[in-house]
Amino acid sequence: MNGEPVTPQPQPHQRRLLPPRLVRQAPLLELRGLSKRYGRIVAVQGVNLELYPGETVGIVGESGSGKSTVLRLLNLEEATDTGTYHLAVPGFTGQNLFALDRFHQRQLRIQQIGIVYQQPHMGLRMQATSGGNVAERLIMAGERRFATLRRAASEALASSEFPADRIDDPPAMLSGGMQQRVQLAKAIALRPALLLLDEPTTGLDVSIQALVLDTLLRLRRERQITTLIVSHDLGVIRTLADRVLVMRHGAVVEGGLTDQILDDPQHPYTQQLVSARL
Amino acid sequence: MSLASLAHPRQDFSYGFLDAFAKRELRRRMLKAIAIPGFQVPYASRELPIARGWGTGGLQVTLSIVSPVDTLKVIDQGADDSVNAANLRRFIARMTGVATTTDTLDATVIQSRHRVPEERLREGQVLVLQVPDPEPLRQVQPDSSRAREMHADADYAQMWLTLYEQLVRFGRFMQGASYPVLVHGRYLMSPSPIPRWDTPALHQAAHLTLLSAGREKRLYAVPPYTDVRPIEFEDVFFQVENMAGRICMLTGARNKFMDELPVAEGGSQFRLSDTGYAAKLLRRARGDAATLGATYFDDEGHFYQPGVIREE
Repeated sequence: MNGEPVTPQPQPHQRRLLPPRLVRQAPLLELRGLSKRYGRIVAVQGVNLELYPGETVGIVGESGSGKSTVLRLLNLEEATDTGTYHLAVPGFTGQNLFALDRFHQRQLRIQQIGIVYQQPHMGLRMQATSGGNVAERLIMAGERRFATLRRAASEALASSEFPADRIDDPPAMLSGGMQQRVQLAKAIALRPALLLLDEPTTGLDVSIQALVLDTLLRLRRERQITTLIVSHDLGVIRTLADRVLVMRHGAVVEGGLTDQILDDPQHPYTQQLVSARL
Repeated sequence: MSLASLAHPRQDFSYGFLDAFAKRELRRRMLKAIAIPGFQVPYASRELPIARGWGTGGLQVTLSIVSPVDTLKVIDQGADDSVNAANLRRFIARMTGVATTTDTLDATVIQSRHRVPEERLREGQVLVLQVPDPEPLRQVQPDSSRAREMHADADYAQMWLTLYEQLVRFGRFMQGASYPVLVHGRYLMSPSPIPRWDTPALHQAAHLTLLSAGREKRLYAVPPYTDVRPIEFEDVFFQVENMAGRICMLTGARNKFMDELPVAEGGSQFRLSDTGYAAKLLRRARGDAATLGATYFDDEGHFYQPGVIREE
């Protein structure tokens, strides 16, 4: 479960099996025993998670299963109750990120974590220009040259396939798909180590959804960025994720390779989820 | 029945109108504000016989720092004779027995609204600025408790985002008066609505600047010889108002901050905004004795400290 590396004992007469390349590397992200309560509601209970460099992991589950809460906690947006969180990035290796002070949490969030929300208004300033939204990331990281900001914003927007002639339009004037592209450009502008996607294509119509998924796939291929994607849409997960975790009532009920989980679900809830697909 | 017979005699009030406890509190807050340049210190703003928003913040600071050996100058938009300035000056003089002047060089305490005098202030002088809104982040963060968190984190990215947006939309920085400054490399500060022209005067200044907002109950300070930098990009610079070609219709002065007066036939004439300085120029033109101090901007429009206003 949860992609624990299982190294088989080599037998003398047997060809030695190595675990997959991803698993042989040290995990980029290591989350242990994450729990979070809101009053008497248990949102997340004992979630463990590893992300290896360059892989994409999906979290599926019904509404209220705690998958978005996990993402918010990983983005250090709120305090957790229990759990440790390690990210193997320069300057923060070996530190429990939940225990960092505000200042360092903010530094880490700016430099190393990019997030795309389901609702664009959570991640964007709807009245500022699209280019400004992306540039803000760089300003936060200390960039104070206008020409550099302008160039970096248009580069990031171009790599999320945002039309160049609309760079000075505010997100309030853009379509849903375009708004998600601005969010994506903002998230990847500083080349973070970790990309968090919270239902990035939910609420978009099917053709636009396919285009946004294409962009995400291309980015994954080009940048080898470690991604955690939360969705209730199994199609999105099958397209993007290498591994998948199934969450229910705040706990992980099943995990493994995407094809294995979606084609041969073992847990009754996962079976139900897969067969409920239209 | 005269007003004097209805009012309390002056000895019924404590020195400087405020009670001793209020003055002690204000002085302690000022010391804290001077110790943390640019940081907004809350204080208990007292009731005064003028309405909130008419300079009560500056008035309380002035009343708690003046003594009978001081000389006071009060200006409003550069003018010594506007109603607000005249009333404040008379009130402070009556309550403290302080001497008053319109000459910047003679004054030890200068209370001002919207201007810094044209003549350079020197060590030992105190400039008290009346502040309507002390929060420079108000435009980008309406929630003041959240704004205080942003000050604590030095999270000022949104201000530069505002500058970026202005450059994209209008091609220049649009903020006129009250241009936000970074004090001592740490706190973002609203310098009260002084024009951009006066903002560089606060940088590495010899005098002490105290800024106080009576309605918002906050005061802050720029100690002498402290860095005060307007927010700008490394490749697009802060600029002061362009006063080139504007000549004072009374004194013939140039490259000083001018008031614009529309004329009946169309067009406009210009007049020095700093009336105390203008009066001295006129006295000198008549041949009377008048000591003119060095000004922040010379007659060619160069600021006295090179490199503060950066050129493209």
